[in-house]
Amino acid sequence: MNIIIIGCGRVGRTLAQKLNEDGNAVTVIDSNADNVNRVTSRCDVMGIVGNGATHTVQREAGIETADLMIAVTGSDELNLLCCLVAKKESECQTIARVKNPEYSGDAPYLKDELGLAMVINPEYASAEEIARVLRFPFALKIEPFAKGKVELIKFKLPKGNEIIGMSVKEVISKYNSDLLICAIEREEESYIPNGDFVFEEKDVVSIVATPKNAYEFFANIKCKGHSIKNALIVGGGVVTHYLCEILEKSHIALTVVEKDLKRCEELSTLWSKVKVIHGDGTDHDLLLEEGVEKCGAFVALSDSDEENVLLSLFAKGEGCEKTVTKVNRIDYDNVLAQLELDASVCPRIITSDTILRYVRATENAVGSNVETLYNIIPGQIEAAEFIVRENSPIIGTPLYKLKFKKDVLIGSITRGKETLIPRGNDIIQAGDAVVVISKRIGLYDIADILK
Amino acid sequence: MNYGIIKRTLGWLLLFETCFFCVPVITALVYREKEVFDFLFTMLITATLGGLFLIGKPKKDRLFAKEGIVITALSWILMSLFGAIPLYTSGGYPTYVDALFEIVSGFTTTGASVLPSDSVAALPKCILMWRSFTHWIGGMGVLVFIMVFLPLCGGGRNMNIMKAESPGPSVGKLLPKMRSTAGVLYLIYTAMTLLQFVLLVFDMPVFDAINTSFATAGTGGFAIKADGFAGYSSYSQIVVTVFMVLFSINFASYFFILRGKFKEALNTEVRVFLGVVVSAITLITVDLCISNVLQVGDAIKHSAFSVSSVISTTGFATENFDTWPAFSKTILVLCMFIGACAGSTGGGIKVSRFVILFKGVRHETQRMLHPKRIKKITMDGKVVEHEVVRGVNNYLIAFVAIFVVSLLLISLDGKDLVTNFTAITATINNIGPGLGAVGPAGHFGDFSILSKIVFIFDMLIGRLEIFPMLLLFMPATWRK
Repeated sequence: MNIIIIGCGRVGRTLAQKLNEDGNAVTVIDSNADNVNRVTSRCDVMGIVGNGATHTVQREAGIETADLMIAVTGSDELNLLCCLVAKKESECQTIARVKNPEYSGDAPYLKDELGLAMVINPEYASAEEIARVLRFPFALKIEPFAKGKVELIKFKLPKGNEIIGMSVKEVISKYNSDLLICAIEREEESYIPNGDFVFEEKDVVSIVATPKNAYEFFANIKCKGHSIKNALIVGGGVVTHYLCEILEKSHIALTVVEKDLKRCEELSTLWSKVKVIHGDGTDHDLLLEEGVEKCGAFVALSDSDEENVLLSLFAKGEGCEKTVTKVNRIDYDNVLAQLELDASVCPRIITSDTILRYVRATENAVGSNVETLYNIIPGQIEAAEFIVRENSPIIGTPLYKLKFKKDVLIGSITRGKETLIPRGNDIIQAGDAVVVISKRIGLYDIADILK
Repeated sequence: MNYGIIKRTLGWLLLFETCFFCVPVITALVYREKEVFDFLFTMLITATLGGLFLIGKPKKDRLFAKEGIVITALSWILMSLFGAIPLYTSGGYPTYVDALFEIVSGFTTTGASVLPSDSVAALPKCILMWRSFTHWIGGMGVLVFIMVFLPLCGGGRNMNIMKAESPGPSVGKLLPKMRSTAGVLYLIYTAMTLLQFVLLVFDMPVFDAINTSFATAGTGGFAIKADGFAGYSSYSQIVVTVFMVLFSINFASYFFILRGKFKEALNTEVRVFLGVVVSAITLITVDLCISNVLQVGDAIKHSAFSVSSVISTTGFATENFDTWPAFSKTILVLCMFIGACAGSTGGGIKVSRFVILFKGVRHETQRMLHPKRIKKITMDGKVVEHEVVRGVNNYLIAFVAIFVVSLLLISLDGKDLVTNFTAITATINNIGPGLGAVGPAGHFGDFSILSKIVFIFDMLIGRLEIFPMLLLFMPATWRK
């Protein structure tokens, strides 16, 4: 696809790199030459320096032949203007990043009336992700999967858990659980396990299951799966705003610590149930006073990544069971993974992942029949959803009789309203939505998974 | 320094060179020449060595600017070292250094020969074809050619190679993907070469038409006849004149024309270039007429041919311009320095560099009148970044320095100043003929081995625009 990205900030850069790796022809536009050079020197993309909201610059970037325009500059209004101009200039689809909470209610209007294909709000998406983690604190990450009917849950095996040393086969039969263990990260390697794979301490396990089954499984293996009752949030920024909005009706009691008095007043007026504390979140006496050691979850959402990491480590040290850390700028995922942080959210990666999912889906609609694509372990293991056609070779044979390629796993089968976790005796039928988990091997059709 | 990836790229280069050798091999088979074995022998070497280089996967495929530049410089040296083997083993050249000079002159699209023109004409046809073909492949760049077929390395790092190999102060892409950019460039290049071949083949033998098209397209200038280009009809001379000019225009312009953007196609550099060409032709024509060297008609024809030939850095000759009046000769030498447009197959300092330099000088004088005035240099409505201006200034300084050192070294041979000066001018600007003993009627064979090595170095320096070659000699480049 021909894709134009306006804005070469963190999100723009990540998108340019990923979309280029997927084989798209990408052109980036930014008014700052240094930002453009930073992208073009690293990825095989064309760079143009200029204001992306002007039609001359968009024409120079080839808007007439573009299939998609993504506006991710720092300004919401500029992003929307870029989309409007692009709509006038060509038939392409447009995606805009819109951060301001005042516009967030307008997202459906923007989509319908202005013809935007997608309006993405990184802070809202991050808040949603945090809320999911708070509801299910044992998980490092929870993503809706197969149209939300099952969830992809990622968790780290704690020390001394009873399934350590058992094989996948044993675990499934012992607990009689209806779930799929689809990926395991061990140190820097990632594996798609078969039945004989043995769990080790500190493995990060990804499972696919319905929320109910997952809950039962966690109870069975004696991982504390209960939902938390109260959370302490440091920083009262936009993410906090959305988090309050999402969790307003839940049973989780929120405490927010914010430095700025005016912001405190705003938040307390908007969300009367939330306890807003005016004070410095880095003051550890204050945190102890607010009961950091006893709270169900500690969420670090200040503007500084370093501060967030340190605060979470502090909370962990004081005995808080669950910490969520916002890390936006730092690129050193492997360093973060070594720290004893539970979950981290990165608005930049959430934004680019959401856009990538959309792009891949539209792209695949043309070339192959992949419906949606999920990143289970970014850059290593992904899950692709296919609709099985009438003439597909995998129809009508029990799964255990089919010869699959190495590192390929059927994640789930959705038939009508029912989603099942496949077992060897299951048979795929035409019209099923099948999720295939694989190491990135570029699947274009469900038949590609066979040897 | 990532030696793994350098080794692998050089491996691919050797395999591609093996394929290039097919062109002279086919020629030799058509004309039943025994030199076919010299080429087959070299192919065996390059194929084996290339294969050996490709064994083992590099640990990392990271390629930074440093590796890109080193790969480019080494590729050109390696390609020339092997390209010279068949020339030497076939016995046409007295020493290996002579053969190397000839092939470097081919790849860098210089077109200077160590052989007198009558011995060139007596060379086997396959050798002539190989010389001309090196012009064609060297003109647009061999690594750019490889990039059409192979992703040399991941991500945007390929750009580093293209930047090092393509001429001009700032190299940009035409299309988002490197591979499609390289593809479009070679497509335009091939189409124009074919067009010229079709126009010429009516008027001259097929073999001559192919050679002339290759040599014009790359703005190389190896002649295959004893009398250079004088023996062909006026029609052929005019066709070649036009195509020499066409091949020295930035290829991005043709890309814009294909997309219907005529305004972008006729940018400042192209306008200035055409302006210089027309004024030089006019001045020389007037000078030739006044001093009664030629009649008006012939004067226009020959001055147009010579100016196009020199400014495009091709180096074909219809007339021995060494016998022309001093004023005309001076203009031709000035044209040698100006050279073609950036992003073309021509050499020289490049028109865009001069445009930026002159704008810089005007800028400086304006700052003397208003010391606090802030003004950026612009070209075609776009700001020329300070780094580009600085790059152009440093380029010129390095150019002059290398010029002077080379001049000193070759003057040890005891030739006259005009010969020495224009010999360096003709090699460092990739033109071919100079004045005096190296004029259109002369050759480079009488220089000592040392001088020839200096010329080889200068030709590579001129083609790769100085810095890639200099970087090879910096110890810091090779430090782990």
